[in-house]
Amino acid sequence: MKILVGYKRVVDYNVRIQVRPDGTGVVTDGVKLSPNPFDEIALEEALRLREKGLAEEVVVVAIAPADAQAHLRNGLAMGANRAIHVVADGPVQPLTAARVLLKLVEREQPGLVLLGKQAIDDDANQTGQMLAALWDRPQATFASKLELDGQVARVTREVDAGLETIEVDLPAVVTTDLRLNEPRFIKLPDIMKAKSKPLETVPMAELGAEAGDFLGHGPYAPPARRSKGVMVKDVAELVAALKAKGLV
Amino acid sequence: MSKVLIVAEHLDGRLNASTARCVTAATALAPQAIDILVLSDAPDAVAAQAAALAGVATVRTVARPENAHALAAVLAPQVAAAAAGYSHLFGPSTTFGKDLMPRVAALLGVAQVSDLMEVVDARTFKRPIYAGNAIVTVTAPADAVVVATVRTASFAAAGTGGSAGVEPLALDVALPGHTRFVGLAAGKSDRPDLQTASRVVSGGRALGSADAFSIIYSLADRIGAGVGASRAAVDAGYVPNDMQVGQTGKIIAPELYIAIGISGAIQHLTGIKDAGTIVAINKDAEAPIFEIADYGLVGDLFKLVPELEAALAG
Repeated sequence: MKILVGYKRVVDYNVRIQVRPDGTGVVTDGVKLSPNPFDEIALEEALRLREKGLAEEVVVVAIAPADAQAHLRNGLAMGANRAIHVVADGPVQPLTAARVLLKLVEREQPGLVLLGKQAIDDDANQTGQMLAALWDRPQATFASKLELDGQVARVTREVDAGLETIEVDLPAVVTTDLRLNEPRFIKLPDIMKAKSKPLETVPMAELGAEAGDFLGHGPYAPPARRSKGVMVKDVAELVAALKAKGLV
Repeated sequence: MSKVLIVAEHLDGRLNASTARCVTAATALAPQAIDILVLSDAPDAVAAQAAALAGVATVRTVARPENAHALAAVLAPQVAAAAAGYSHLFGPSTTFGKDLMPRVAALLGVAQVSDLMEVVDARTFKRPIYAGNAIVTVTAPADAVVVATVRTASFAAAGTGGSAGVEPLALDVALPGHTRFVGLAAGKSDRPDLQTASRVVSGGRALGSADAFSIIYSLADRIGAGVGASRAAVDAGYVPNDMQVGQTGKIIAPELYIAIGISGAIQHLTGIKDAGTIVAINKDAEAPIFEIADYGLVGDLFKLVPELEAALAG
């Protein structure tokens, strides 16, 4: 079986996000870019399935500007067999991403598509579900456990009520939650090895996916700040303050 | 004029409170009508609760045995079919809505507005990005239905006292059998529900063990609070995942939030910034949680929490 993994490049989760003073976006010039953490979990899971003998090939895909080659090499260094770089001028919205991924799914015929449940830049949490809909295949979102048994995947999902388990026929789309696994660290020899792994570059327009960037964005603004409160010296002062506000 | 259809979230015959918050978000559109869609194997009890929400015009029910569990792949084609004639399709930004609504949007060939936090006008909304570190205004095209998930912490729940009509809806939709419900391991608790509780006490990694969490439960029970946790505490196995508060857990807006032994990573703060009053107890005076806390108390939680519980006993 082949596994297709979505591997988005985003602003690193440690970067303190600043909105541009003119409100046209957030500052991305010169900030550290990293793989989306949820996508790293997706890739790790795919690699583990391959290591268990349940998959033969792991393909990482990014829809990203031309300068994202090093990002994809990173995915190859982590252990993917090959990479597909769909070159886009700028960010694409989830529906476009899903339509592009569908084109790749039709070409690659994977048995499983693993994606992060959301990207930590736009926090949309849509692409996996949209791909599953367009592909007319099952989805198992927010996965914290994934077991393959022949043509069926049994997935434990982190839902508000607790842990839900569903069974889906393959092929299917699974999106990953934080507790599915802990991604491995990349070792130096793997970085060297990744240099010779296949990395295919495809201009997005060549795939013939219909555009789906329907939402207008902007202006951007910083969030309303909570004002800093007061430090109390002991429990008695805290309780007095809460009682004065009628909270306890 | 806008016409809004809200997809009801429910479990075991009870309407989830997130639905009433979606009604409030819909009201901000000043629409011609707000309808609620209940998909279930036995929708009557949930439909009656939805019909009682103030501001709802009609509750539409689809009763099919396949709807016994909320499987997005099964529900989505029905919601997409039911959307005909509506300008807006809302669901809650809970795991239920996040799972379902994008699938519906893709079937309809439209974009989705995730985590709608403010209505500017019928096509213009605000939503958080970058874990709430920026707020973007998004504009949906005029010629397509607006599909959105509503950030429930941003809207108060609509009141009751309404008396909407309930109408069964016949949909001629083929449903897939490729997705099957196996089971739900739900945290059974007599405590107030985390997402609707007016008071919440949360514990973090500093508790150090599952056993130590007993002081959090004990304090919560003293003041009738729901209990939450930071991601670190869930990852460490002190408490189950359904208690996680924050960006990837539950986004909540209680009147009183007490954070104990939680340092306050941005992902956690995102989940609580709409709380009325935030209290933080932490031994590290430099912890980021104190930047947003209304009342901060520095010290050993194992000493302070029992002391706080005792002080609240009177």
